[in-house]
Amino acid sequence: MGRILFGNLTWAALPHEWFTVGGTFALTTVLAFIVIFLTRRKLWKKLWKGWLTTTDPKRIGIMYIVVAAAMFFRGIMDAAMIWIQQATSVGSSQGYLTAKHFQEIFTAHGDIMVFFVTMGLIVGLMNIVVPLQIGARDLASPFLNTLGFWLFVAGAILINMFFVFGGEFASAGWLSLPPLAENAFSPGTGVDYWLWSLQISGLGSLLGGINFLITILKMRAPGMTLWRMPMFTWTTLCSSALILASFPVLTMTTLLLWADRYFGMHFFTTDFGGNPMMYVNLIWMWGHPEVYILVLPSFGIFSEIVSTFARKRLYGYSSMVLAAMAITVLAGLVWLHHFFTMGAGADVNAVFGLSTMLIAIPSAVQILNWALTMWKGKIRFTSPMYYFLGFVALFALGGMAGLLLASPAADYQLHNTLFLVAHFHTMIVGVALFGIFAGMTYWFPKVTGFTLDEKWGKRAFWLWLAGFYVAFTPLYILGSMGAQRRLDHYAASTGYQPFYITASIGLGIMLLGAAAQIMQLAVSIRNKKKLADVSGDPWDGRTLEWSTPSPPPFYNFAIVPEVRDRDAFWEMKEHGRVKEPETYQDIHMPANTPLGIYIAGFSLLAGFALVWHITWMIVLGLAGAVVCVIVRSFDEHTEYVVPAKRVEELEKARIAAQAQARP
Amino acid sequence: MNAEHAREVAAAEFWVYLMTDLIMFSVLFACYAVLHTATYGGPTAAELFSLPNALVETLILLVSSFTSGLAMLAVHANKKDRAMAWFGATFILGAAFLVLELKEFHELIVDGNGPQRSAFLSAFFSLVGTHGLHIFTGLLWMAVAMVQMKKKGLSTFIVSKLERLSLFWHFLDIVWIFLFTVVYLMSRIA
Repeated sequence: MGRILFGNLTWAALPHEWFTVGGTFALTTVLAFIVIFLTRRKLWKKLWKGWLTTTDPKRIGIMYIVVAAAMFFRGIMDAAMIWIQQATSVGSSQGYLTAKHFQEIFTAHGDIMVFFVTMGLIVGLMNIVVPLQIGARDLASPFLNTLGFWLFVAGAILINMFFVFGGEFASAGWLSLPPLAENAFSPGTGVDYWLWSLQISGLGSLLGGINFLITILKMRAPGMTLWRMPMFTWTTLCSSALILASFPVLTMTTLLLWADRYFGMHFFTTDFGGNPMMYVNLIWMWGHPEVYILVLPSFGIFSEIVSTFARKRLYGYSSMVLAAMAITVLAGLVWLHHFFTMGAGADVNAVFGLSTMLIAIPSAVQILNWALTMWKGKIRFTSPMYYFLGFVALFALGGMAGLLLASPAADYQLHNTLFLVAHFHTMIVGVALFGIFAGMTYWFPKVTGFTLDEKWGKRAFWLWLAGFYVAFTPLYILGSMGAQRRLDHYAASTGYQPFYITASIGLGIMLLGAAAQIMQLAVSIRNKKKLADVSGDPWDGRTLEWSTPSPPPFYNFAIVPEVRDRDAFWEMKEHGRVKEPETYQDIHMPANTPLGIYIAGFSLLAGFALVWHITWMIVLGLAGAVVCVIVRSFDEHTEYVVPAKRVEELEKARIAAQAQARP
Repeated sequence: MNAEHAREVAAAEFWVYLMTDLIMFSVLFACYAVLHTATYGGPTAAELFSLPNALVETLILLVSSFTSGLAMLAVHANKKDRAMAWFGATFILGAAFLVLELKEFHELIVDGNGPQRSAFLSAFFSLVGTHGLHIFTGLLWMAVAMVQMKKKGLSTFIVSKLERLSLFWHFLDIVWIFLFTVVYLMSRIA
């Protein structure tokens, strides 16, 4: 009876270790505080109607960023735990973590940071910015957008569910490579949690990819041809195309691993004819494009920032677009460089080595274009520009390290060492994350109506940059000394310890950087009257998002703008085309829907049940999700009309308020 | 969005979705290509598969594609009853295909040649089974679409949905043609 009701979930599986019990306690306390707060302030209805069921991409974007920020906290804690162990576990000292727990932590760090932090932040920014940049009022499919967001949340919850409901985190590395991730070697629930978390959030990413691609291709304002699109929109397009080409591979590959684990099949097992290296090939066919899904939008963000703060048109726009496209195509042709040591032979390795090195060309084109955009510009050194300059240095460093690794001969030496770890952290932190920080500072006033405090922003930047160098320079050196990644213990004679200790200090500096960012937010909120962005255009911007008030109304544009130039808003300002319209029109807007939450909730249920083999719950979860989709398919009235009169009232009130706030 | 633009956007989205689905199938095809000889001492493709059965399945699916085409012609001619009849025929053919496929699976499993027998059979069951699961989804969708058509008539909203359904059905047909070739026909030359 117990097996039918609870599958493999038993009392013994429930939390009993210090970190799961602690996690349960911390999570329930935080949840209780939130519930009490919302109930006391009577905010439930407002939260449900204004946020949880919304189809407004600006609000969905903010929710993405909030969830990703919470996961960022978790990912940083993991990083700290890894480095404290490595700095102390030498010679006769075994450190404070068991080997198994250490493995779970480095697996968690990788998965959380890639899937739930960087992806979440990037998709959040896309949601906020892309519709505004192309002069659209919403995305091509607002429903798919809310559904995609809630699937992302369901994935994030599922991968952390073991804290409260029992089980463990995966401990087979962030990509769960077989044969280690097969039942024979990982009999626990960790890999299953991992599988279904990625399955559910991956479906969300795929829906997002379809949505952004079609939005950019089909929803642009009149006059905005492809060659007039802002760079961030272009790189979002490239990123979406990569999502569409690669996420199906992730979905299917992880499903096959699940088939091995759940049904006893033999795709990647060591016996019965299975082929583990096939998994490695397939997972990197997704994994390498994923890197570019994360960094391409950053390139776009920096292009916007450089041209805005240098007060110049972006230099070499068309070569910039071509570079982004070249990177998009090359991203799909280099996966084998992650495992030159597979031994595919000199010819195969040479092809993939060369295709990898080719990526240096479009990357260099971008750097030169940014430099030439700044050339003779009237540069304002705001904190986004600081991040840009830091990024250039780190991008060059990480790129050079990447070129070195692209040579199979060198890679045989450096494979799976800390040199590789240092390389990809330079790309993810120095390129993707710095881009996100810069973008968040840049677009913050658009979302909230006030700018961020510059002094604390710059302090945060310097701490992040210095911390990064202190933390990762030792890793480059350690890697060259032959230190393998993921070591939980090493001999004192290796001489590694001073470097690990230095790296931990670097992490401490980066943590201060994160603290400075929180301080920046607090100071800015306190001074928000002084920092208010009345005009909607605090940076003298060039693209359409700055033509809207800050924060923009839910319909973005009262009148859809007409685009005549690449720097659409700049051209409007130059030719005196910025004025309030005399007449207004009815606006069609997508209505709220709770079905995104319901479908994601049922998927979460099914995912949890699949982890623990609870058959009735699997059926319930899947059937519930399908019924919700069918219910949605009957609904013809997914839009409502905002009458022209109402738009006029709202716009008049806004204009009056702006006039009053102007000094 | 006006109804026409919404229809155009939905169609574009659906095409892109079909391409992503095709990539999922391509992973399965690649796995089958790699593993089709990995029989681990068990039976080979040539020993297991019955070509006549696969041919009947193929013909049924091709005819169902034809009837779904006729259904769409009726939809565009605004002939609701005729469209219902042709979709009904398509549904029956699709269900018959699924029955034949499940029969084949059943026989293999009863003989001890289930997906756990060897990597080859894992790949076979996953590839063919995923296609079958798509057919099942298509049938479910068709049933829902027929209810919607009956209740709401052939409005732009419904026609847009039916267009996507028929795209999906033709897509599954194309995938099956490759599947028939790679799995069944090529088992004879290997």
